[in-house]
Amino acid sequence: MSNSPVISAKKLSLTFPSNDGPVHALSEVDLDINQGEFVSFIGPSGCGKTTFLRVVADLETPTGGEITVNGKSPHEARMNRDYGYVFQAPALLPWRTVEKNVALPLEIMGMGKAERIEHIKRTLELVNLTGFEKSFPWQLSGGMQQRASIARALAFDADLLLMDEPFGALDEIVRDHLNEQLLKLWADTKKTICFVTHSIPEAVYLSTKIVVMSPRPGRVIDVIQSTLSDERPLDIRETPEFLKIAHRVREGLRTGHAYEGK
Amino acid sequence: MYERMMNSKLMQGKALPVLIIIGLILVFWYVMAVKLNTPWQLGVYERAGVTEWTNSQFINDTLNQDRPVLPSVHQVAEEIWNTTVLKSPTSRRSLIYHTWITLSATLLGFTIGTILGISLAIGIVHSRAMDKSMMPWIIASQTIPILAIAPMIIVVLNAIGISGVLPKALISTYLSFFPIAVGMVKGFRSPEQIQLDLMHTYAASKSQVFSTLRWFAAMPYLFTSMKIAISISLVGAIVGELPTGAVAGLGARLLSGSYYGQTVQIWSALFMAAALAATLVSLVGVVEKIVTRKMGVRT
Repeated sequence: MSNSPVISAKKLSLTFPSNDGPVHALSEVDLDINQGEFVSFIGPSGCGKTTFLRVVADLETPTGGEITVNGKSPHEARMNRDYGYVFQAPALLPWRTVEKNVALPLEIMGMGKAERIEHIKRTLELVNLTGFEKSFPWQLSGGMQQRASIARALAFDADLLLMDEPFGALDEIVRDHLNEQLLKLWADTKKTICFVTHSIPEAVYLSTKIVVMSPRPGRVIDVIQSTLSDERPLDIRETPEFLKIAHRVREGLRTGHAYEGK
Repeated sequence: MYERMMNSKLMQGKALPVLIIIGLILVFWYVMAVKLNTPWQLGVYERAGVTEWTNSQFINDTLNQDRPVLPSVHQVAEEIWNTTVLKSPTSRRSLIYHTWITLSATLLGFTIGTILGISLAIGIVHSRAMDKSMMPWIIASQTIPILAIAPMIIVVLNAIGISGVLPKALISTYLSFFPIAVGMVKGFRSPEQIQLDLMHTYAASKSQVFSTLRWFAAMPYLFTSMKIAISISLVGAIVGELPTGAVAGLGARLLSGSYYGQTVQIWSALFMAAALAATLVSLVGVVEKIVTRKMGVRT
């Protein structure tokens, strides 16, 4: 089980038709993601990083190539509730309290009430939202709302967590804090995490593997295996090792742009 | 000091502007009443051989005719008082009795119309075929003048043995299902794409998406539609009484009033209908407040 990759893409392509001709959102992407990895996808807008995540989640259908999620098709994986998805916006239902929002997937999956209460308690503890069970989303700050949405994605114990720029709309300080919490959560739960981001420091700080992508057509430029240890205080970002990885990511992104200029 | 406080309170609130408008309407009403009733009053004096009168006597007489062109406000108020407070509610001369007849048809028609409108909207949102085929008919149904179709509904339903409150209620339904259906189609489609994607990742069924997402997202639309629907339900019930020679109900009061030139009776029925409509709409508003508070809307 641990030997076979959680996500395996082979020559994965996705082309959207548009008025200005076909848009190649993904072009022949080959990628394996293993159990317990924290993988960041980084690249400029239109490089297909979000599209890749949406294909994994069966929110988009690829037009070429192959992809398996837990050894199954994305559709089967979705039907089996194999993954939790965190969107760019919290997308909390405004008429539900925090605990009811976290309960939403559990209700849909038909979990009994006693079990639901236990899951809600545990996941709200994981994201440090204990005490805010009865609050409505509008009563929370942006960072707390996004934490509630992470709790919702964790609530049903999927081993795979897909996160699409979850902290993109938050300010730097809140973001640092949430990154630290996310790493702790990852260490505690041993989940496989796919994380889409625009930010080089964020990608390097969080990841065990960084996938650098470039647009038109959306493809993988570089896959960097992080050499940083799993123990990561925030000031690790000033170490030469960290800067070296960041430099390689930046180089990759630059290569992508040079290609575009041709 | 106290007086100034009262003044500023009056100025800040809605009370003063409302009072000013009501005052202006009353003044305008009395001026028009005197003006419109003058020709008849002159005729009365001529027939009675009265040749001299004072201004105040003349105005007093124009405002207290038996069958004025435009009754004065105090005549209408007196009529309403006499036919509500001073009559037993079960009497055929009681305005309460007639209001209840119309109200029962309104509420029955509104209830059926709301259920029908919501059902249609559910079908339209979930079925492409219904979306394409039903919507044009729903809109076309509202282009037919209700006055033209009301007698036929009553006659046809009577012919198949349905009489009483139901035929009138169905005319209310005919009018009220429309805003509900149109509003709820929009409401059920109001969830954002990101929320629908979220439900998709949970592999939620259509009925789960409906019961946990679409229904709640549609609540603001439901109450807006219901406010429109309940007031036109009342219009429908009154119109349903007009062309059918109904003997009871606010529409019947309007009709018999116009047969016998009882303008005071007509105006008091009109005022009653307006008060009823306002009450019904604000009742929907109260329910809306309770529901939105339960749904955690910021207050």
